[in-house]
Amino acid sequence: MGRIQLSRVVKKFGDVEVIPPLDLDIDEGEFVVFVGPSGCGKSTLLRLIAGLEDVTDGVISIDGQDATMLPPARRRLAMVFQSYALYPHMSVRKNIAFPLKMAKLPRDEVDRRVEAAARVLNLGDYLDRRPGQLSGGQRQRVAIGRAIVREPAAFLFDEPLSNLDASLRVNMRLEISGLHNSLKTTMIYVTHDQVEAMTMADKIVVLQAGRIEQVGSPLDLYRAPANLFVAGFIGSPRMNFVTGAEAGEHGAHTIGIRPEHITIVPEGGVWSGKVAVSEHLGSDTFLHVEIEGRDDPMTVRADGEVPYRAGDTVHLAPDATKIHRFDARGLRIA
Amino acid sequence: MATKHSRAAARLMISPAVILLLGWMIIPLSMTIYFSFLNYNLVIPGPHNFIGFRNYYYFLTDPAFGTALVNTLVLVAGVLLITTIGGTLLALLLDQPIWGQGVVRVLVIAPFFVMPTVSALIWKNMFMNPVNGIFAWIAQSFGLQPFDFLSQAPLFSIILIVAWQWLPFATLILLTALQSLDSEQMEAAEMDGAGPVARFVHITVPHLSRAGTVVILIQTIFLLSVFAEILVTTNGGPGNASTNLTYLVYAQSLLQFDVGGGSAGGLVAVVLANIVAIFLMRMIGKNLDA
Ligand SMILES: Nc1ncnc2c1ncn2[C@@H]1O[C@H](COP(=O)(O)OP(=O)(O)OP(=O)(O)O)[C@@H](O)[C@H]1O
Ligand SMILES: [Mg+2]
Repeated sequence: MGRIQLSRVVKKFGDVEVIPPLDLDIDEGEFVVFVGPSGCGKSTLLRLIAGLEDVTDGVISIDGQDATMLPPARRRLAMVFQSYALYPHMSVRKNIAFPLKMAKLPRDEVDRRVEAAARVLNLGDYLDRRPGQLSGGQRQRVAIGRAIVREPAAFLFDEPLSNLDASLRVNMRLEISGLHNSLKTTMIYVTHDQVEAMTMADKIVVLQAGRIEQVGSPLDLYRAPANLFVAGFIGSPRMNFVTGAEAGEHGAHTIGIRPEHITIVPEGGVWSGKVAVSEHLGSDTFLHVEIEGRDDPMTVRADGEVPYRAGDTVHLAPDATKIHRFDARGLRIA
Repeated sequence: MATKHSRAAARLMISPAVILLLGWMIIPLSMTIYFSFLNYNLVIPGPHNFIGFRNYYYFLTDPAFGTALVNTLVLVAGVLLITTIGGTLLALLLDQPIWGQGVVRVLVIAPFFVMPTVSALIWKNMFMNPVNGIFAWIAQSFGLQPFDFLSQAPLFSIILIVAWQWLPFATLILLTALQSLDSEQMEAAEMDGAGPVARFVHITVPHLSRAGTVVILIQTIFLLSVFAEILVTTNGGPGNASTNLTYLVYAQSLLQFDVGGGSAGGLVAVVLANIVAIFLMRMIGKNLDA
């Protein structure tokens, strides 16, 4: 269970069309990540699926049944909000038990499920605290606990980790992935974070201005971005783009080459330039190289131990097999 | 601001204000205590001799005292009931996006700006008057006998008038509390399967409890000493039917010129107010803890 299909779904706020007609299929048990720039409609799309917003047009079906007009409570979906949206006046136990209480489950069944969720999420010691007395990570786990006790058809997450610090984010990322592996329930996850998208997703949906730019597995998107937008959005640091005559040589309007697919050669190479900034991360070094005739510097990923500093001249050679070609409309040339 | 020196300076600086306020409070209080032990009546000349607790004895055994005590509590409780429940409902209504919201909100708040004497007089003469009042007119147009509110249900009428004045206060405070309710919490509850009523009971009411406590505490302070509304409408009557403690003290000292008895009554009222306050804090004070 947990197959969600959107067909020709449109959302307008007044006259503003935030989501133009959009089709999307989410399979049972899939981990789907929505990514895209701020304001592109990720949250809106999630809220449409949840039923917190009405669609202007189109059909949403869950497990083959038309759910377009169903109220949120009857869609059997659970949502984890960015702000966690815990009930501040209830203890952790009551927070987690709330959906079960609303479903009028018997007392012992409620207790059993709350204990089970608390065990999975390591919340046993905090069950009698209020949300205000918990750390951010613990609150996050309570919010997830409240979602899992209902045994929903699918989970919806709206940037659940964005309020956490970096190391906690890594932990929670692993916990959510682990949870998905053990529950095998469909999950839809909205994020800004490249790393979250690449590491957690079975399927990434790249959105721009409410439109789906590409859908595919993380590696598909990385290896074969369908257009310039996806090429620039997926991968960090960003892909370098080259236009003009050089691109013409490859029979394209624009070519793209990822920083990790450029090597520094002692001489020759395709481009030469001066290092403007070099960022040493320990494992890697990112060199931003200024090249004559280019507005923005070209980013190159080199080994962590390379000796180059700002002002040094380097010669760059791209891996010819890893060059992405795009036509004048920005679409990938196969 | 934490060094010894700065704290001493701060104390010195605020001392004039504190001393002034203290005097403002202490002098009338000690005069009242002093008078309450004297045989002091303005129409009986002669020395004001010390009579111990006689004034208290007379005040507390006066049959009017029992009635006034009950009336005071009924008045406070009645107004609190109407204003908190009505205020919550009005706040819920005003929180909806409606056309002309700004104007409606101003209109709702307006009664709070009308002074008690004026509003009580308007209620008395234009609404509740059995001959000219609008209620009488409505009753007559249905062919019913007009109801003489102020003589047949005097305490209830005063509760109505006072509640009308305090409803905006309760509404306003509860409305701001309502607006600070996180909408994601409501949405989460909606997804958790809570219907409108369950959401109101489990999310809205607990969220409003702190503001509601403030409303109840503040109103209680003012409602224990309601006076103007009684003076201009029923004069405490018929009989003692709408006399509260404040009005009884007024009647004692200014209608019967018994300064001693009035002072004793005033002090009894102070003690009573404190008892009520302690009760309230016990009952709902914990809502104020964060
Ligand atoms: N209630 C609303 N009324 C009008 N416009 C809205 C409303 N909610 C969202 N929008 C608009 O819809 C667009 C998409 O918003 P949405 O919140 O879905 O973006 P998002 O992709 O989640 O962005 P972010 O990554 O910053 O959270 C935005 O341009 C926003 O201004
Ligand atoms: Mg968003």
